[in-house]
Amino acid sequence: MARRPMHIVPLLGILDETHDTRTYRFRADFTAKPGQFVMVWIPKHDELPMALSYLGDPKGVTIREYGDATEAFAAESVKGDLVGIRGPYGNAFVIEGSRALAVAGGVGIASIIAAVEACADSGIEVETAFGARTEGELTFLDRLKRCGPVHLATDDGSAGHHGFVTDIAANLLAGRHFDMVLTCGPEIMMKKVVEAANARGIPVQASLERYMKCGIGICDACAFDEYLVCYDGPIFWGDVLAKSHDFGRWRRDISGRRVKV
Amino acid sequence: MASLGTEVAGVKLRNPTMLASGFLDETGGSMLRVHRAGAGAVVTKSIGPEPRAGNLNPTLYEFDVGLLNAVGIPNPGIAAYEEEVTYALRGGAAVIGSVYGRNAEEYAAVAKRMASYGVLAVELNLSCPHAKGLGTEIAQDPEAVEEITRAVKKVVQVPVISKLSPNVADIASFAEAAVRGGADAVTAINTVKAIAIEPELRMPILRNVYGGLSGPAIKPVGLRCVYEIYERVDIPIVGVGGIVTGRDAIEYLMAGARAVQIGTAILDRGIDVFAKVCAEMEAWMDAHGYAKVEDLVGVAHGA
Repeated sequence: MARRPMHIVPLLGILDETHDTRTYRFRADFTAKPGQFVMVWIPKHDELPMALSYLGDPKGVTIREYGDATEAFAAESVKGDLVGIRGPYGNAFVIEGSRALAVAGGVGIASIIAAVEACADSGIEVETAFGARTEGELTFLDRLKRCGPVHLATDDGSAGHHGFVTDIAANLLAGRHFDMVLTCGPEIMMKKVVEAANARGIPVQASLERYMKCGIGICDACAFDEYLVCYDGPIFWGDVLAKSHDFGRWRRDISGRRVKV
Repeated sequence: MASLGTEVAGVKLRNPTMLASGFLDETGGSMLRVHRAGAGAVVTKSIGPEPRAGNLNPTLYEFDVGLLNAVGIPNPGIAAYEEEVTYALRGGAAVIGSVYGRNAEEYAAVAKRMASYGVLAVELNLSCPHAKGLGTEIAQDPEAVEEITRAVKKVVQVPVISKLSPNVADIASFAEAAVRGGADAVTAINTVKAIAIEPELRMPILRNVYGGLSGPAIKPVGLRCVYEIYERVDIPIVGVGGIVTGRDAIEYLMAGARAVQIGTAILDRGIDVFAKVCAEMEAWMDAHGYAKVEDLVGVAHGA
């Protein structure tokens, strides 16, 4: 494994996606594949694993505020600020098949949007089922619609189906023939999607999230069964997940204790 | 065909490569994976009396010949760690339990409990350079090394291995202190205290400022420390610091080590670095007419 340097780069643009989610664009000299992540150093605050929501030039990460560091980053950062980027790390979504279904929940769309675009670019027919709490959290809709049909769900009924995105996914899988399923979102959602795809014998890839420190496969913070999410993942296939002890059940807290997902 | 079997303080190992503490050893699943990848033994993450979150990121900086880390010993605490040791042992791994504490009593209590989980030996982390309030002070005081080693020896039946810091003027005097405390072996070296600075940001990269340097950059320091310790004490030495290849491991044996530990090289060669290093050692020994590991230990002395 080659060592990957830290790139210190200015933020080229900051775009508000929702009330608590922003996309930050930057240029860095590496090539990444759909689903890979980078470690983003927010000087003076923290360094966090983030999926690349834009793979081209400029690259981008989409960050929802969920703690001190991300809140401070959102509140303080302005165009031109320097951040550290190392990566890309982890495996990528395998883009193959002829008819793909992407199932995303909330900010999980940031990990899967590049894969949806890669499907469309490779001539794969791709549909997306996308759920969020409310309409304002449904991001990247223009990008998704350029790739294929988009089916929405919201918890409050403000857009699309009033209910779970897994209901839409189940209907789509029952009604049409898909030969690949991609998913990223809350783990309980992904577990249902993986079970539904496995039950129909459709290959399925899920992008998992775990607390990470190193990002390069040595510290063991992101242990998942006998795998490391940063090194063997973040994307795992349905057959591995079907046998998993941890998937949908257990994660590790910051000190390595096993806790419920 | 050379035999790679070795023995450290009565602990028989299928080969002289061990997983160094701090790498892929917070969970039973990962330790078992390293065992399957060929390690002769796996040393656990350093475990303390209570759960510990470790430091905030950045905790790690990679560069061409080394790795600087200030992970800060995150660990679930000795009570919760039982399931991890049990998982690795049930899978057939040879597990050595690494422990730390704030004082001799804590070390002894954690080591006693760790030993009760069935580990083959305990390793005392006396020297972590990036965990506040722990090892750093102990690492600078030979009397503390002696006292802690003695306190642990009193309460465990398995061999006790004291892991020493290179961040001192005379590491061999610390090995002598460990011997006075009753240590069955010493591990040398822990990481070298270091920092990294990002010029564009005019600030240290690690959130903790200070970290521990590992990897090829510190191999000459590790070799020197093992060489010095071998001259001064008779107990077995486990050598660690920058081992990437079988040749590196052979060098450590020649300096006086009976076994070696590998961590950072996982980055360069993957988790099966253990099997690779073993194959390279075997090839070198065959080519040079050495039948067993023991015949290489300390041969660089008096040459």
